[in-house]
Amino acid sequence: MIAARRNTEASLLVIAASVAAGGYALALLGRGRPLGSGVLAYGAVFGLAYLFAHLGIRRIAPASDPLFLPIAALLTALGFVMISRLESPTGSPGLAAAQMRWLVVGVVAMVAVLHFVRDIRSLSRYRYTFAVAGLVLLLLPMLPVIGQEINGSRLWIRIGPLTFQPAELGKIALVLFFAGYLSERRELLAVATRRVGPIGVPEMRHFGPVLLAWAISLLVMTNQKDLGSSLLFFAIFVAMLWMATARPVYLIAGGTMFAIGAFAASRVFGHVGRRIDIWRDPFEDPDGPGFQLVQSLFSLATGGAWGTGLGLGRPDLIPAVTTDFIFAAIGEELGLVGALAVLTSYALFASRGFGLATRCRDDFSKLLVAGLTTALALQTVLIVGGVTKLIPLTGITLPFMSYGGSSLLSNFVLVGLLLRASDQTARTIDAGPATELNVPAGGGR
Amino acid sequence: MNVQIRKVALTVLLLFGVLFLNLNWLQLVQAEKLANDPRNRRLLFAEYARERGAILSADQVTLAKSQPTPGSALKFLRVYETGELFAHAVGYYSVRFGREGLERTHNDELSGKGGVITVQDLGDRFLKGSERGDLLVLSIDSRVQQAARDALGSRKGAIVALDPVTGQILTMVSRPSFDPNPLSQHSSSGQETAYRSLVAAPDAPLANRAARRTYPPGSTFKVVTAAAALSHGRGVDTAYPASRQYTPPQTDKPMSNFGGGTCGGAMADALRVSCNTYFAQLGAELPEGALEETARAFGFGERPPIDLPAVASKLPTEDELESPAFAAQSAIGQFDVAATPLQMALVAAGIANNGKVPEPRMVREVQDARGAVIEQTRPEVWKEAVSAEIAQSIKEMMVSVIEAGTGRSAAIPGVRVAGKTGTAQVGVTGEDTLAWFIAFAPADAPRIAIAVMVEGAGDPRNETGGRLAAPIAKKVLEAHRQVAGW
Repeated sequence: MIAARRNTEASLLVIAASVAAGGYALALLGRGRPLGSGVLAYGAVFGLAYLFAHLGIRRIAPASDPLFLPIAALLTALGFVMISRLESPTGSPGLAAAQMRWLVVGVVAMVAVLHFVRDIRSLSRYRYTFAVAGLVLLLLPMLPVIGQEINGSRLWIRIGPLTFQPAELGKIALVLFFAGYLSERRELLAVATRRVGPIGVPEMRHFGPVLLAWAISLLVMTNQKDLGSSLLFFAIFVAMLWMATARPVYLIAGGTMFAIGAFAASRVFGHVGRRIDIWRDPFEDPDGPGFQLVQSLFSLATGGAWGTGLGLGRPDLIPAVTTDFIFAAIGEELGLVGALAVLTSYALFASRGFGLATRCRDDFSKLLVAGLTTALALQTVLIVGGVTKLIPLTGITLPFMSYGGSSLLSNFVLVGLLLRASDQTARTIDAGPATELNVPAGGGR
Repeated sequence: MNVQIRKVALTVLLLFGVLFLNLNWLQLVQAEKLANDPRNRRLLFAEYARERGAILSADQVTLAKSQPTPGSALKFLRVYETGELFAHAVGYYSVRFGREGLERTHNDELSGKGGVITVQDLGDRFLKGSERGDLLVLSIDSRVQQAARDALGSRKGAIVALDPVTGQILTMVSRPSFDPNPLSQHSSSGQETAYRSLVAAPDAPLANRAARRTYPPGSTFKVVTAAAALSHGRGVDTAYPASRQYTPPQTDKPMSNFGGGTCGGAMADALRVSCNTYFAQLGAELPEGALEETARAFGFGERPPIDLPAVASKLPTEDELESPAFAAQSAIGQFDVAATPLQMALVAAGIANNGKVPEPRMVREVQDARGAVIEQTRPEVWKEAVSAEIAQSIKEMMVSVIEAGTGRSAAIPGVRVAGKTGTAQVGVTGEDTLAWFIAFAPADAPRIAIAVMVEGAGDPRNETGGRLAAPIAKKVLEAHRQVAGW
């Protein structure tokens, strides 16, 4: 069975690598360029990277779910094809090569995670470390020397030639913290000591560290004008809290706080209000602030059902198309069919993740896996929704596909964690119900 | 916890479902409108990436062509080497402001989307990535066009001429004109500046006065009135006594002749001197609906089937024509009669062509990028206005207009020219004039039918059809004679 899984994974990875090479070639042809050595080179790098990842998994996480890596690999490959298609000597040179380098880093990091984390529960021990690390990572861009302000938000750090968005990794760290803290304190947080009407409200002091961490992160993010991440983060936090305690009070409180926060944000922060106006009617000022969304909609519409074909559309007319709007580029060149296929891939990834969470034997793993899956899925929903005018636009990236090393790296680390949890769970299940894992105080449900 | 996890999972999948539905809705409901939104430049960029077909005159002068522009986002630039001269005929091609003229009506052929796919096209598709557009050859000779434009000089107005048998347009000039090149430049802001200044210009240079503006035709409409009379029971010997004025029944406003003269007699005499009193009475006494019927038979009220944007010429309503006063005024081309110069040229063509009005056409043939002829325009009859006998009668009357009447300044030695002058009063108190002249030549085997309309500039005495418009027409006729040899 384990062998079957890995073989499935292997064949799917071959497909993913072929998509990278083939898509790249098609995009070149579509733009009327000659096929160069790049096709073989990129194909080889992708092939080798995925081979390395696959072999690593065979050795150190052989029982893991065969779909996680291939889906990530496919999405990364598609993103790479689009990025390379979009780069131009005058516009944004070298993006594809950079993305590929980060892919290699990401794959190495993923295997490193698998290597160094043999028992996922061991991470629960370091929860407070992760909390601190997470906050530090979020705060790094505020530092004078290495902090960078780009496009009005202070999210980046630069060390030498490298620019990096530490918040992406910080997000993973904080999910690890929440999973650890919540799994430990579950009972306490779930027990209702008071009642407000029909709703039970637990002791406030157990909330303490969690709320603090959350409040600081939110503050940092709003200060840095990264409201999309604030929203995402908040949603992940509320979801994890609810999953851990099953108390509706958290959902209600969370929802209310979000509503108040959103309202306040739209008043206090000019550009949030603008974002909402643009969402309501981007055509009111199609050449001004609405330009991005208008072009995105035009892009998707022009693509039609089957797309214009790689290299034959004009996704380059959309600003920030290699990052926030890469989904619109897919919609234009690969059509509705392509866009839906991409969406389905993310949905499949999410459902595998949630399925894994239900099968995990201990609370920490459950919460961690569920939290990470929620993080990825919600991020996808938020950005795709923004790009298609379902919800106001937020400046977050599409996992695996958007150009961005930090995002790619953190998402492959995420995949690594999921693979470790998956492997562990599968072997535990295979070993039979008699095998009990050490469960932290609080019991499993 | 699994229960909660499953619920979160379901919520997430539900959210994906909403995204799914939204994308589908976007595509199924909104896409067409968005894709064709004029602010969506993608389709235009796609068109610009193709080598758009050229437009040539009958004598192989390049009027419009796509020049490759390496190093630019837009791969080709549309260049109009003849500038203002053919501006209204050929039109313009602007990324921001769309297409006009032939660039618009023949866009499918020019952009390579025409239905006929030749072997050439297939080769292009594979080797070059996209097809080259087809090429249009017009029936306008650039020398005749230049002569027409020169003849008009600095005056505002329009000249249209066509072959009365085939309907092929031989010249189409409208002044003031404009240079279409700035409208097709790559710079979007440059296009905007050019367009806005053209739109704001006081004399509407963008308007094609030849085919898209209507004007009271004045006495040239008497040709139609005569045709109506002859088609409805009157004869060439229908006569009215000579008079200075005519007061239609049910009104007390007399109508007088130009310059206060006295005229009458039979139809030919009246037409020769352009007698208002005669035709007013003739028109007032026609059976009900006769004038309208004949006018419509010449094409009034209907957009001429020309391959260029054009408008229909107008008549008063049926009810209005029942009033003798209105009928009388309409009969001499005033009141609410308003014609495009194209329509009046078609009237002349109809008479020239034994009563059959031809379908006007700008394009003579379509060639593919290699020069092979894909399509050749075949002559078609648009309207059967009058019988051949009636046409013949009117023709003779129109010949005498030139030989001995108000159209003498259009006479060409050695050629029998047929024509009719017209001077329409416009403005609140009729202080401005429009000088009209329609004609065809040679009368017995006509090769060209023409209409000239010139806007007066405040000198009504001298700005009559005979003094102003007829000499202009003569120059165009002579130019065509030289080119075509008749």
